[in-house]
Amino acid sequence: MKVTVSSIPFDPWSMLEEYQQQLPSGQFGGSNIFVGTMRDFNVGDSVAEMTLEHYPGMTEKHLEKICLQAIDRWQLVGALIVHRVGLLLPDDPIVLVAAWSAHRKEAFEASRFMIEDLKHSAPFWKKEKTTGGIRWVESNTPS
Amino acid sequence: MTITVKFFASLSEQLGKKEISLNAQDNLTLENVWSQATNNAVMPTKLLMAINMEYAQLTDPVNDGDEVAYFPPVTGG
Repeated sequence: MKVTVSSIPFDPWSMLEEYQQQLPSGQFGGSNIFVGTMRDFNVGDSVAEMTLEHYPGMTEKHLEKICLQAIDRWQLVGALIVHRVGLLLPDDPIVLVAAWSAHRKEAFEASRFMIEDLKHSAPFWKKEKTTGGIRWVESNTPS
Repeated sequence: MTITVKFFASLSEQLGKKEISLNAQDNLTLENVWSQATNNAVMPTKLLMAINMEYAQLTDPVNDGDEVAYFPPVTGG
């Protein structure tokens, strides 16, 4: 498994390729990938930029716990979480969650679990710059 | 005992502080620490909290050397 929290913009596709090359050959038959990208709108307003704050230390610890739970529950071959912090612009990837397993069912279920747990519990907070000013995002969308 | 108390995001802005070191008597809960660290500020209804980077509850005990954190609902991903 691998967890990365970084203020540097990332390319999810090259990170997937790099991580998958380290997995044991012939062991995975399915991989499922979720990439979250920054929109330029939210609750009816245009959003020009966003700042993501986090709790250094607890964030990484929590994301590692999510990966370990998913690996244990779905017997994953690999699990990857990458999350941006700092200043983001529209179209920037925010989060990458991916799971590799022997069969597709486990990869689908595990990646869904990982992104939902991350969104409900990992200590990140979004602050948006809109045409009306700067505001903290109070809650995530339900789905 | 001495503990470190951290605040994040909108809560940190509202209280005007990010981190303090608190010298306090023993046998405190997270609720007691909140009162002392914020000068009895009104507690937000949706407050989350952690002890040593693990989620915790208001009634959980705090020990010497602990790192305590209070923050609003999370919005990552």
